[in-house]
Amino acid sequence: MIARAEPGVHLGRRSGLGILRATGPAGIGSAIVISAATFLAIFGRLLAPHDPNLGQLAYAYVGPLGGHPLGFDGQGRDVLSRLLAGAGTSMLGPLAVVVISIAVGTLLAVSAAWRRGAYDAVVSSGLDVLFAFPGILLAILAATVFGAGLLAAVLALSVAYTPYVARVLRGAALRERAQQYVAALEVQGASAISICLRHLIPNMLPLIVAQATILFGYAMVDLAAISFLGLGVQPPNADWGVMISENQSGVVQGYPLPALVAGICIVLVVVAFNVLGERLYEQAQPERV
Amino acid sequence: MRLRFLLRRLAMLAGTLLVSSFVIFSALFLAPGNPIAVLSGGRSLPPDAVRILEARYHLNDPFLAQYWLWLKGALHGDLGISIALREDVSTLIASRIGTTAALVLYASLLILLIGIGLGLAAGLRPGLLDTSVLAVTAISAAIPSFVAAIVLILVFSVKVRWFPSLGNGQGVFGTIHHLTLPAVALAISSLAIVARVTRASVREEFRREHVQTAVSRGIPHRQVVMRHVLRNAAIPITTVSGITIASLIAVSAVVERAFSLNGLGAYLVAAATSKDFAVVQGISLVLVTAFVLVNVVVDVLYAVLDPRVDLGARAR
Amino acid sequence: MSTASAANASTSAGPAGRHASGRALLEVRDLVVELPVEGSLRPVLHGLSLSIQPGEALGLVGESGSGKSMTARAIDRLLPPGARVRGTIRFDGRDVMGMEGPELRRFRTEVAMIFQDPRAHTNPVRRIGDFMTEALRTNEGVPLREAEHRAIQLLESVGIEDGPRRLRQYPHELSGGLLQRVMIATALLTRPRLLLADEPTTALDVTTQAEVMAILDELRREMGLAMLFITHDLELAAAVCDRTAVMYAGRVMEVRVSSLLHDDPLHPYTAALAAARPRIDATLPRLAAIPGRPLSAFEAPADACAFASRCPYVQEECGRRQPELVELDGGLTRCRRAVELRGTLGARRA
Repeated sequence: MIARAEPGVHLGRRSGLGILRATGPAGIGSAIVISAATFLAIFGRLLAPHDPNLGQLAYAYVGPLGGHPLGFDGQGRDVLSRLLAGAGTSMLGPLAVVVISIAVGTLLAVSAAWRRGAYDAVVSSGLDVLFAFPGILLAILAATVFGAGLLAAVLALSVAYTPYVARVLRGAALRERAQQYVAALEVQGASAISICLRHLIPNMLPLIVAQATILFGYAMVDLAAISFLGLGVQPPNADWGVMISENQSGVVQGYPLPALVAGICIVLVVVAFNVLGERLYEQAQPERV
Repeated sequence: MRLRFLLRRLAMLAGTLLVSSFVIFSALFLAPGNPIAVLSGGRSLPPDAVRILEARYHLNDPFLAQYWLWLKGALHGDLGISIALREDVSTLIASRIGTTAALVLYASLLILLIGIGLGLAAGLRPGLLDTSVLAVTAISAAIPSFVAAIVLILVFSVKVRWFPSLGNGQGVFGTIHHLTLPAVALAISSLAIVARVTRASVREEFRREHVQTAVSRGIPHRQVVMRHVLRNAAIPITTVSGITIASLIAVSAVVERAFSLNGLGAYLVAAATSKDFAVVQGISLVLVTAFVLVNVVVDVLYAVLDPRVDLGARAR
Repeated sequence: MSTASAANASTSAGPAGRHASGRALLEVRDLVVELPVEGSLRPVLHGLSLSIQPGEALGLVGESGSGKSMTARAIDRLLPPGARVRGTIRFDGRDVMGMEGPELRRFRTEVAMIFQDPRAHTNPVRRIGDFMTEALRTNEGVPLREAEHRAIQLLESVGIEDGPRRLRQYPHELSGGLLQRVMIATALLTRPRLLLADEPTTALDVTTQAEVMAILDELRREMGLAMLFITHDLELAAAVCDRTAVMYAGRVMEVRVSSLLHDDPLHPYTAALAAARPRIDATLPRLAAIPGRPLSAFEAPADACAFASRCPYVQEECGRRQPELVELDGGLTRCRRAVELRGTLGARRA
């Protein structure tokens, strides 16, 4: 509430590595898990020891064998290979959701905070309507309209997440807009776009990164849930959510390994994103009001 | 003032629902594909039959007329006919809504009792309990409902056989028995989030200067905790509980699917897969309404709990 | 009252500010406070001593970081968890540091605290009436109606006429000055014997500062309350208090009868503080800012005078030993050149 008279335009900007170090051992551990998952998302398909889609029904739900350390799934496919091949879609989907919703959310938030007035009112009430649609429901609607698939799910979740991003960032943009350096730059004749791009958004960057990190975890859970429902990634494509859905019958039959390892992968990555995001959030706003 | 706030909030609710219903209806209206093909199951029909179907489902009316007909019907509890099942959508919803409502209610109770309880315990007593609650909730906050579902089924119905893995169950006890694992699966990540926020809020309130004022005046610790720390922490706790409970409404679809429960969400997914538009529209409308209603309740509670909320201004 | 304690101060004997021992209402001796900062303990008070007689007002003056607020907090046992405290605090002869539970709470009702920021120090979701009467109701079991009646009376004495309406309002509906008057009334409601006033007017508008200060001063005298008045404003302390203690980097540098403090300071730091304040009645070529940066308590050297780095009278010897707080001309000073400089510090300025 109290306007702080901070003269420094770029006060407290630090290097990415410095911020990461400040997140402590839990933050660094999370960053390592995320890096590993990213590596597997890019190279997993190449590292897969077997064809992830080659099914040998004779091996359905057979446990670990030589060369197949995680055994076989319900259709006799190598679980480790499917896990590695699935990392790609499992990570790419959330990444797309985060990139789209952060980009659109930032654009809406900054422009609304800058222009204020009627434009802000229209944007805010438009976002209020979107708040009425939970992400999964929107994804189900999208699957009905466009057919099941990763693309529809990604677009639906991006739309559903945008209002959350925009609300948080709009507040931050309004606070930043009220800073005296912005007025000073305006007086000096800097254009709105240049102030926003060169000062406003860079100053909001720590918060934006923290938001993106936390959203990634949510997006991963929601996308996997949609795939689990059969409305996201379509079999036989490998995906961690799909793997759980395909092998749920194995759990009831007492052979839970394929579903469990996929579940563990999801939980591990989501924990890492949550913990890192939480730490980054604390870093982004050390004096919370 | 209070009444005006309430009326304003209700007007906003009506507006949101109107726009949402329009979005739901128009999205499916614009969907590629021909409803006649769905009606006929893909077979080609004689022109007479097509005409009869078109008239019956108002398929040739202008878009806005169709929306108006649908909305008017919806307000009277008539959500059209399921093209696939040839049955009233309202009847289909009515027969399934109980399961979903019971599931969400059960999970909400778990969240409120255990989530807030754990959060309070951890927030009020630093030490081993606090550390372990933090660690456990950090992990369980990241467990998606369907992962929780398979683990619960594995442990409690395959290994020790305490709870059934599938189905709805009969009678009150049977229902509770059958819904326990689904409710836990649905609640687990929200429960962890509520516990963490509760703990953080309690800690934050303890550090407030006004709490120090109360201590400096010799108010007994218990009273300081009850009258200042918990009273004020109740504001963020209510908000986060409300928001997470609202989010259960959509996630219930996943849990119903995982436990083969005969609820609204599972039916919505089935209808989406088979492109049964009337059912998707109807259930979406019901779920959105429930979601928005819970959010309104949270807003009103927030205004009741925090006198600083400007009752004349827009909520949020 | 003020003449009595002034005389008391001039006849005081012994080191470390012991004034007529046995009769002091509050007696703090060799108070050392360390606070945990990023995992290690940082000193904020280095053996602070002071005493307050019944009914006496003692000013505690210093720059930010000198430890004056922590002194008040330590006295009221309000230090953050993890703080380490040594020394003794006696209130009316009782050992404050050893108090627990009900005894500590009873002590706290006898010592009332007024904080700098009334907005932050009132619960935003509780009404003014609840805030004011809470202590009376919970600690003394006074019925609500009577507690409210007494609250309304006290509101009147701090210049708030429409008490019944104010009791129904929330803190955010009151201005800062009004809220601070409510704070003062609330502090007096439980009839304490000692007031700890921590910069009670600093957060207020300049126009309301004088008003609030006048109300506080008047009521205190009327009720015969003792007060520890914390401020960074030497002149204000001198105007309100019988004696004034000047703090620097966690230590008391000088204690003096307020009327003598400005014109005849015993310590170069006090003289510098007095010279750094603009005066309306004298035109100076420019304000004499104290050179250098104020030292925080944790930066203060253990074996040197903390003010040595900024002192215009510094000698080599000042950097070698920690000077003691010694009696001089009825006051106390922590300067090894005090006798030599006596009488010249105030004159230099005029």
